[in-house]
Amino acid sequence: MDSSTSLETHHDTHHRAAAHEEHKLGWWRTYIFSTDHKMIGIQYGLCGLIFLFFGFSLMMLMRWQLAFPGQALPVIGNALGHLFGPGSMPDGKMTPEFYNSLGAMHGTIMIFLGIVPVAFAAFGNFVVPLQIGAPDMTFPKINAASFWAFGVGGVIMLTSFFVPGGAAKGGWTSYAPLSVVADTGPTFHPFWNGQTLWLFGFVFLITSSLLGAINFITTIIQLRAKGLTWMRLPFFVWTQFVTAFLLVLAFPPLEAAIIMQIMDRVAATSFFMPTGMIVNGAPLHISGGGSPLLWQHLFWFLGHPEVYVLILPAMGITAEILANNSRKPLWGYKSLVFSVLVLGFLSFIVWAHHMWLTGMGSTVSAFFQTTTLLISIPSVIILSAFFISLWGGSIRFNVPMLFATAFLPMFGIGGLTGIPLAFNSADLYLHDTYYVIAHFHYIVAPGTIFALFAGIYYWFPKATGRMMNEFWGKVHFWPSLICMNVIFLPMFLQGMLGMHRRWYDGGQGWNVAGETVWGQTGFQWNTWISSAAWIMGLAQIPFIINFFWSIRHGKKAKENPWDATTLEWTAPSPPPHGNFLSAPVAYRGPYEYSLPGRDVDFTMQSEPIQPTEHVRRTEPEPEPVHA
Amino acid sequence: MEIPYTVNTRPDTGLWNAKVGIWLFLASEVMLFGGLFSAYIFLRLDAEPGMWPHGLLNVPVGTMNTAILIASSVTVVLAWASLKMRRFWAYWWYMLITILCGITFLTVKLVYEWPQKFDHFGAFIKQEALEKYEPYLGNHHLEEKGLAPRREITGHLHNKAALSDPNIKEYDIALDPVNADPTNPANDRPHFLYQPSTDKIAKIEKEDVEYASMFEPRHSAYFASYFTITGLHGLHVLGGVIVFTYFWLPIGSKLYKRNPEHLANRVEVVGLFWHFVDLVWIFVFPLFYLL
Repeated sequence: MDSSTSLETHHDTHHRAAAHEEHKLGWWRTYIFSTDHKMIGIQYGLCGLIFLFFGFSLMMLMRWQLAFPGQALPVIGNALGHLFGPGSMPDGKMTPEFYNSLGAMHGTIMIFLGIVPVAFAAFGNFVVPLQIGAPDMTFPKINAASFWAFGVGGVIMLTSFFVPGGAAKGGWTSYAPLSVVADTGPTFHPFWNGQTLWLFGFVFLITSSLLGAINFITTIIQLRAKGLTWMRLPFFVWTQFVTAFLLVLAFPPLEAAIIMQIMDRVAATSFFMPTGMIVNGAPLHISGGGSPLLWQHLFWFLGHPEVYVLILPAMGITAEILANNSRKPLWGYKSLVFSVLVLGFLSFIVWAHHMWLTGMGSTVSAFFQTTTLLISIPSVIILSAFFISLWGGSIRFNVPMLFATAFLPMFGIGGLTGIPLAFNSADLYLHDTYYVIAHFHYIVAPGTIFALFAGIYYWFPKATGRMMNEFWGKVHFWPSLICMNVIFLPMFLQGMLGMHRRWYDGGQGWNVAGETVWGQTGFQWNTWISSAAWIMGLAQIPFIINFFWSIRHGKKAKENPWDATTLEWTAPSPPPHGNFLSAPVAYRGPYEYSLPGRDVDFTMQSEPIQPTEHVRRTEPEPEPVHA
Repeated sequence: MEIPYTVNTRPDTGLWNAKVGIWLFLASEVMLFGGLFSAYIFLRLDAEPGMWPHGLLNVPVGTMNTAILIASSVTVVLAWASLKMRRFWAYWWYMLITILCGITFLTVKLVYEWPQKFDHFGAFIKQEALEKYEPYLGNHHLEEKGLAPRREITGHLHNKAALSDPNIKEYDIALDPVNADPTNPANDRPHFLYQPSTDKIAKIEKEDVEYASMFEPRHSAYFASYFTITGLHGLHVLGGVIVFTYFWLPIGSKLYKRNPEHLANRVEVVGLFWHFVDLVWIFVFPLFYLL
């Protein structure tokens, strides 16, 4: 059962046995408590997408308050007030506390319950084992445990909306000492309060990520198919590999910080509480001697690698789709691989650029400023290689390709606008303004999320055996692209006008200065932004309908509907339990498109090299094939 | 297709799956405890003079626990080696010793060390009242010798009600030897051997006290990190003991009959984890007990 020889010689019987086994599993074991990587990937994907929409809905609510501060939200305002309890939206008007809850939970949910589960866990689980020709992840039960830990974490986060006082209000960064004193006092339950639940939810989310990441790395190291050497891995697998390392090494220090904040809240310790704290006019009865800066260091030690956790899988997805639809090999495969490795390494030594305003001292600032500028080099290499990959290709603009090509300029805008923030002198002005919001949303919203949509449209036929509708895909794409830009471009202007990112009234009070850009003050831009946000919400409806309708009624897809080259397209669509009918073997690199002297413009990795063939090789002969 | 390399090694990596997995897990554990230890360093460097306690833990007991853990690391290797040599009963006995060592360690921690701390009291004196309690603190004596000042009076609290009752205006403390005789040169440095509180009683007025508590996590940054780190370490020890017990009981060890190599691999993986837990203690012991 555990040697590769049995894989080769008995694959037929194994497949029959596997199919039989699948037949035996009941509904619960197949769809709910599954250990199959494909089902777990789909579970992660569906849950993640639901959380993404939920997190987006929170923001759509906030956008009302920002555009029309203090006015009652029409139609649904009263109902929401009842749903979220007293203190949330009395008479449909949002309270400051509820606004803070929405802001904190929007960030938390989008990042940790939305994008990471979809980009890393869903695509990683579903695609990586298929792309490396593996039957499953190395540890299927741990894989299931990872999903269920994520589920528990998600439920705790959602529950926190409905406890007295509402969900956490300390921002997604949960800065101490505010986060330690928040949600405490006579009106709050010592355990069932927003901030404490946020912390406990996080413990589960971190556990989930750790289990998943360990599984991914082990799978990529151990279960690559015969002949699939490191330099023949699809770029997507490389990005997932580096992402998993980021999660394994960066999340535990945050877990340590979370444990300490739990101790601060539950056992009244002072890890993050300085001596002499005064709250509401009275000194706190605590020992003191802690450090708020310690929390920031530990948080951003995760927080910055986390940024690359969000973007690297998106780059991987984009790479696959660009190569496939430009019908050309990915340009500069090796430089892409080494860039992503350097990116992974550097992401661990840039974290303090989130903390320029804490007064760390000029030496520390100079160090982190240097590393932060260094990290733009591999990012630019990757983006340039993607653009060059398009050059001279006969591009097919199908829906996945539209999203993937949109990723490039959107990520470019997000990345380039980050450079002023890397300089601590420029950041003194821009810090905590809408400029920062615009910068990182350009990276994760029209950047990562577009790549996720691209990946969903691209791998949907592999998961379901049916294609998604092209027309409705385009109806989804164009309004989304336009709205994304109408939402986030004006935020750069607002930020440069000096609008603070956490203002509850949308800058109405600050607006007296009346400075205008293109005839609109910073506050007036909110109306445009909010309208675009709501239209973008509507623009997701074609996607949702398309997604569910296509599962049963889409055009039937064969094994390889996109004429792609990587190993996942040799498996049936959808792949059975155990994935491949026979153990795949890789004979060549991942992107052998448009080889000269062929009838078709793609040559799959599993196609043996003919003696007469002149190939673009990534590996020298002889084949490094193991027994 | 079945998942390969669950027991045998993959030729080009030379590893079976779980071994890769456990090393990655240990890497994450290094970062977890690394985060906590760096917090310790951060807080200790930030501490004001006299605010980082010394010599409050029982060094001989800690040393004994260290020895127990190291011994269990040896026996778990012997258990694994016995499996490799296919000597099941030797494995069984070595594993039993390992489990007992783990349980002993936890028992000492939970039944003796922690409760003894919870029963101890300390009061940090306000800066302006330090002179008033000079007979218990001996700061003039320490200043002459160029040593760090004392700000805390420790001992056994007689009127525990004082902790919660605002009507009680003072703490009655049976002083620790260091506060009972603060100018004795023998007390200049922390004691390595535990000494019980003396019968000398001191009354400390609450209004002179900046902060007072039992030796609980809330007492100070020192005890906060001590209880958090040893608590998390204890959970790791408990986890190891549970898994060892599973492989020792028939439910886990019956795998030996079917695939002894598989059981050996499993014990190796948990053994690696156990060594790591041991290693963490090797850092905990000097940081909290000795330095």
